Amino acid sequence: MSYDTFRHFADSWGLIYLFVLFVGVIVFLLRPGARQKADDAAQIPFRED
Amino acid sequence: MKNLSETVFLALAAFLALLGAAFAQDDLFRAHAWILFFVLAGATVYVMRNVRFAVTAPAAAPTEYMDGPIKLGSILTMFWGIVGFLVGVVIAAQLALPALNFEPWFNFGRMRPLHTSAVIFAFGGTALLTTSFYVVQRTTRARLFGGNLAWFVLWGYQLFILLAATGYLLGVTQSREYAEPEWYVDLWLTIVWVAYLVLYLGTLIKRKEPHIYVANWFYLAFIVTVAMLHVVNNLSLPVSFLGAKSYSAFSGVQDALTQWWYGHNAVGFFLTAGFLGMMYYYMPKQANRPVYSYRLSIIHFWALIFLYIWAGPHHLHYTALPDWAQTLGMVFSVMLWMPSWGGMINGLMTLQGAWDKIRTDPIIRMMVIAVAFYGMSTFEGPMMSIKFVNGLSHYTDWTIGHVHSGALGWNGMITFGALYFMVPKLWGNQLYSMRMVNWHFWLATLGIVVYAAVMWVAGITQGLMWREYDDQGFLVYSFAETVAALKPYYVLRTFGGLLYLSGALLMAYNLYMTIRGKVRNEKPIAGAVVAQPAD
Repeated sequence: MSYDTFRHFADSWGLIYLFVLFVGVIVFLLRPGARQKADDAAQIPFRED
Repeated sequence: MKNLSETVFLALAAFLALLGAAFAQDDLFRAHAWILFFVLAGATVYVMRNVRFAVTAPAAAPTEYMDGPIKLGSILTMFWGIVGFLVGVVIAAQLALPALNFEPWFNFGRMRPLHTSAVIFAFGGTALLTTSFYVVQRTTRARLFGGNLAWFVLWGYQLFILLAATGYLLGVTQSREYAEPEWYVDLWLTIVWVAYLVLYLGTLIKRKEPHIYVANWFYLAFIVTVAMLHVVNNLSLPVSFLGAKSYSAFSGVQDALTQWWYGHNAVGFFLTAGFLGMMYYYMPKQANRPVYSYRLSIIHFWALIFLYIWAGPHHLHYTALPDWAQTLGMVFSVMLWMPSWGGMINGLMTLQGAWDKIRTDPIIRMMVIAVAFYGMSTFEGPMMSIKFVNGLSHYTDWTIGHVHSGALGWNGMITFGALYFMVPKLWGNQLYSMRMVNWHFWLATLGIVVYAAVMWVAGITQGLMWREYDDQGFLVYSFAETVAALKPYYVLRTFGGLLYLSGALLMAYNLYMTIRGKVRNEKPIAGAVVAQPAD
């Protein structure tokens, strides 16, 4: 693969892939019911010493 | 049979080092091989004296946490901190008083990488190894994976530091910023780092807590990314199998970009992601309340990971690097401001409802100032990455000031806070003196403020003098004149460093007395909860 095709792949499909992944993570975090799970996870350091 | 295989392994390695010294192609490699031989031979004798041949019944796998490497790592962190700060004060003095350069081993050119590596890799790296061992066990409720693997990682890393440090003074360097060690030392670090990754992943896999706490995400990102950065940046071809010299696989502007892709992400993943792992565990623990928003911490994590890796080109503004790449680096650096401040707010707001602790608990105060400096330097950094600002600030002491407000303020202070929290717990003792922590806090904070403020003035002076033209288009100042103008600032900077170093010495004494189980007879800090029993 030449440098040129490589960079065009990176700034089209690569860019879309990373962007969708990032937005997906945030949507997943804000899904209904996530708050409860997050509050629970925040307590992990206090379960055992 | 305890320690037998370790002894054989060390003896073999010592023999190989001896062969390396015998067949070395150049004097530098020979000197390095001799150092390696004596260290390994000494270690062989030490381990051999502890060999036990008694056949012990195969005990059930120990279930409690593995704290031995953490105890040793805490002491080593303190030790390297003092060494690194001391060398820093020495080179600051060398800049102010050139007579202090002792050729060839102790001139500024060789001492400077010794300082940067001692504080970043020896002090910071050992702190990261140590705290990650502590945090991963306590948030997964599982013992460290792989038996003695943690000892190998810790000692292997110390050997890397020793070879790097002695190499700099001898003159072994591949001249890559923050990656000066030559190819054979790089290979050794790669082995140690892969072992570290196996150790960390193994512990995560056998965790008893279903969810992986966010601090571990940051630590894991640090381990994985540093592995990638280290390998790519150090791709090189040695001149000979038993010689010190190697040549980079890249050349020209590609090499420059590779170096700053590495260099900037060493800041992003070594000095930021790893230390954020520290913040997300030790700060809630010391404040005794959960992190302000767990979901914000996840967004902080992913945004940081997605953005940081692109920011490196801002180190190459107005160079041969293509313009679009410079702009890309600048834009991503500016965007980084958002996750950084999200994380800072998350750390600070953890104290919501317990703000009084800043007044009564010097350890929390230390962590708060660390997070405040994280916010300060992650504001300053994006600003300096803007081409217009960079045109003034680049190559001046402003950059040095920026780095130190991040390194002394953020990395140093959060590590001190973590050690003050961890050391009493590890040895089951009470902290020797809370008032000395308070003194340490003020000495260190004052030291940083002096340092950063002086470097701002010095840097802007320097930048403005360099670009001053007269009405006929000639430069007004010669370079030597700009150097002479900085002398008072260099003297003041040395003073700031001395304050910071004296705080660290106070801390070392405090921790030493804590480990010995002493408690200082002193007036409690007003409003503080008196003497929490060690648990």
